[in-house]
Amino acid sequence: MKFSVTVTLKKDVLDPQGKVVENTLDNLGFKNLKSIRQGKFFEIEINENDQEKAKNTVKEMCEKLLVNLIIEDYKINKL
Amino acid sequence: MEITKKIIEKHGLKESEFKKIKKLLKRNPNLLELGIFSAMWNEHCSYKSSRIHLKKLPTKSKNVIQGPGENAGVIDIGDNDAIVFKIESHNHPSYIEPYQGAATGVGGILRDVFTMGARPIALLNSIHFGSPDHYKTKSLLNGVVSGIGGYGNCIGIPTVAGETKFNETYNENILVNAMAVGHAKKNKIFYSKAKGLNKSVVYVGSKTGRDGIHGASMASAEFDKNTEEKKPTVQVGDPFTEKLLLEACLELMKDDSIIAIQDMGAAGLTSSSVEMASKGSLGIELDLEKVPCRENNMTPYEMMLSESQERMLIILEDGKENYAKDIFKKWDLDFVVIGKTTDTKKLVLKYNNEIKGEIPIEALALNAPIYDREWSKKDISKINLNLKNLKKINLLDSLIKILSSPNHSNKSWITNQYDQMVMCDTLQRSGSDAAIIRIHNKDKAIAVSVDSSANYCRSHPISGGKQIVCENWRNLISVGAKPIAITNCLNFGNPENKEVMGEFTECLQGIKEACEYLEYPVVSGNVSFYNGTNKKNIYPTPVIGGVGLISKISKPLNHNIKSNDNHIILVGKTFGHLEQSCFLKENYSIIDGMPPQVNLQNEKNNGEIILKLIGENLILSAHDISSGGLLVALSEMSIGTKFGIKIEKPKNLGSLSEYFFGEDQSRYLIEVDKNNLASIEKILKDNNIFFENIGITQNEYFEVVDEFKIKIKELYKINNEWYNKY
Amino acid sequence: MKSSVIVFPGSNCDRDIALALEKMQFKNSMVWHKETFLPKSDLIVIPGGFSYGDYLRSGAIAGKSLIIDEVIKAAKSGCLVLGICNGFQILTETGLLEGTLLRNKNLKFINRDVNIKVLNNKTNFTSKYEIGQILKINIAHNEGNYFTNSKHLEQLNKENLIAFKYCDENGNVNNQSNPNGAIENIAGIFNQKKNILGMMPHPERMIDKLISNTDGVNLFSSLIN
Repeated sequence: MKFSVTVTLKKDVLDPQGKVVENTLDNLGFKNLKSIRQGKFFEIEINENDQEKAKNTVKEMCEKLLVNLIIEDYKINKL
Repeated sequence: MEITKKIIEKHGLKESEFKKIKKLLKRNPNLLELGIFSAMWNEHCSYKSSRIHLKKLPTKSKNVIQGPGENAGVIDIGDNDAIVFKIESHNHPSYIEPYQGAATGVGGILRDVFTMGARPIALLNSIHFGSPDHYKTKSLLNGVVSGIGGYGNCIGIPTVAGETKFNETYNENILVNAMAVGHAKKNKIFYSKAKGLNKSVVYVGSKTGRDGIHGASMASAEFDKNTEEKKPTVQVGDPFTEKLLLEACLELMKDDSIIAIQDMGAAGLTSSSVEMASKGSLGIELDLEKVPCRENNMTPYEMMLSESQERMLIILEDGKENYAKDIFKKWDLDFVVIGKTTDTKKLVLKYNNEIKGEIPIEALALNAPIYDREWSKKDISKINLNLKNLKKINLLDSLIKILSSPNHSNKSWITNQYDQMVMCDTLQRSGSDAAIIRIHNKDKAIAVSVDSSANYCRSHPISGGKQIVCENWRNLISVGAKPIAITNCLNFGNPENKEVMGEFTECLQGIKEACEYLEYPVVSGNVSFYNGTNKKNIYPTPVIGGVGLISKISKPLNHNIKSNDNHIILVGKTFGHLEQSCFLKENYSIIDGMPPQVNLQNEKNNGEIILKLIGENLILSAHDISSGGLLVALSEMSIGTKFGIKIEKPKNLGSLSEYFFGEDQSRYLIEVDKNNLASIEKILKDNNIFFENIGITQNEYFEVVDEFKIKIKELYKINNEWYNKY
Repeated sequence: MKSSVIVFPGSNCDRDIALALEKMQFKNSMVWHKETFLPKSDLIVIPGGFSYGDYLRSGAIAGKSLIIDEVIKAAKSGCLVLGICNGFQILTETGLLEGTLLRNKNLKFINRDVNIKVLNNKTNFTSKYEIGQILKINIAHNEGNYFTNSKHLEQLNKENLIAFKYCDENGNVNNQSNPNGAIENIAGIFNQKKNILGMMPHPERMIDKLISNTDGVNLFSSLIN
């Protein structure tokens, strides 16, 4: 079973990279750009048939390693 | 909104402190005002538990231009050159988010230095982790090291020296102390004292977000039931923006536009504005709707307490606004006049023309609480160590055990992650007793080192305090620098605990004695209390950062042996003090006992004579003897070179271990050419300095005659294994 | 000889390289990234550092800056261009040099002195070195792991476009002497016309005996001729 995990900085946390990319795109003429936040993307395959169980495993992976809950949020999607 | 007991408590204020606030205001504060009081009156800003003790430290000498109380200390190194430096802790944030915590620690201390008009030229750090076996240590180590490197490398300031230690006392509370050193023109130092009425107060740098609003996050969760998302309290560092801020500030500082400038560090806009007004005995009025914000709907409370990084507050001379604005615009940074100085001696906060808060400046600064906390003397009567019946250990095995231990292993795994060369003035990189940085375009240099000895300080705080100052002094001398002044970062546990407060008081006593005797004043520093958990406080860990001057560069001096057939002389007397030694810890797991005593007179005499010998070009290499004792220091001189030493045991030797592993203080090893031996011995004798001629350098092998002989290559391997395998 | 050093926000070896150029008798000017005009120069240097914080990808944002169009124009008309460290990364992002610089294989920033070997001395950048000469030069980067497609790699080898390779102190080019995982230990490459050199090591850090050695001097003295 395959999942995707998207990790982004929490809404109010400063995202220096996103900010610089945003300014550059603006300079390149993308004037209707409103905002950009940069994040990380993981594709995770789990040996498990029970979707609920698998999702819980991914959730545990996120909270134990992939995500720093103090500054980051994450979303899990089944692929 | 009513200020309840709970709100007061969540702002970290005691009931008595709240009463004092009401008395000073002659009314109840509103939430914004309460937040401001809590920020200004907390330990970090007010030094309320430490102030009466810090006052005892010597802070003046003929070289001191500015002592404690400004953003950083300033010393005179001649020819209109000044060195600006300070050390600061970022312990708690680094435990929660090691990369960002360490990175913002570096960023913060750099701002303290360039705020004063100095271009930063070197970074140092002292980092302490829990036991290597503790499950968190490895990731904390990785995160902190890459955070320190990430910030320093990116902004382009060399990280040149530091120390990394492991001890289980830091399992739940690591220490991350960062030191920055900058160079300024003596007649172009900038201070934080406001002057003049109706001057523009300018906000420059990054925008303000909801970073680090501790009180706010908790308080607002109470008040606003719709707020599900917990607001962030960890700041994210942006070294790129800081680089721009650094260049923009230094560009503006070339002329006379700036009256006062202050970094927005802890308690951000609050402490920077209050400090500038307080020092100038003025008032300050801010229009908060003008503050550049990163998020929508930020409240005055959040703006005043935000700890967003990479921001400064500047008070400008009349008519300089446009000139200054153009500079910040060039560097793509925000520049907004957000207020003015007044004669009201009040902090007045307006939002859309409505007054949201009004506090007398004195109430926040001068009238902040000061505590003379109860403290107890260290009880040493129970220390009773019997070392008579220790199992005998082979000399070489003991040496190997120490050289391969986490605390003594070669740290290049760490230092290779820091750019040490950028700016092209690093004459000596990490790994020596002290790093050497040349003053740009001149033929003089400074030496820098950071040191701590938590084990010594725990077992006997006065001796420990003395010892670290001396060790730091010795490290600078070993590279040929005349020690000028220090900065200190005082990491301790909970000051409301009288034993902890005792450790603090007594460590400071030791630091004071040593600094006074060695004429080595304290010019800046930082106190970090409440390190530890509810149950356990950390070992007292004062960290000393020293700066010394090399007034004429010849060849940088280090501890590496230069060639074979030279004499190795041990300067200073060996008594064989094993208690609190590395030898007992690594071989027998014994951590009790008294630390070695420092004789300040010997310390000074020995140090001065070494400097004299170096000055007369009589020394090929020099090394101070510290943790691990004589044999470890000798091996350190060999490891990393092609040369070893043939060491003769003294004739009337009591105990091998005591002689080779005792941690007696005030000792140096020097490598000297045969042809200079007689003149050196004469100088030492004439000055009543105790010394022993203990060995001769040779190719390839490190040996103690009749005991062991080992290839240098092998020692190198032993010393370099731990980090790479961890 | 006139040189221009391009300064981006976040460049941090700009002062170091300017000092080296002046010491080697170049008449140097600093050119700010927002300029649209490049002073007439015989040599353009893109210095090391973290242009725009190296956010997104190293060199990516600098590759889109105003001045870079002028650099490309000058390079195409034969002007000598030297990119060091971040400058090399920027040159690959602009397409002036092929290939890319990936993260170091150990995923860590690396700062230390490494040995590199001169592979081609028939260029304006390297004429003062001997073929096979071993230099000890400082590296300081996060992304120095050079990578390119097999076709380009073949071209690099066939047309003698590899300037330097990482090696050990005896000149052996192998895995042990490869600090960052670069393909075939490549430390620096030329474009086809050999008027552009991109390299990860910092020659400007190796011109002063007091702080290091002088192995970088000949790169600049090759250029001044």
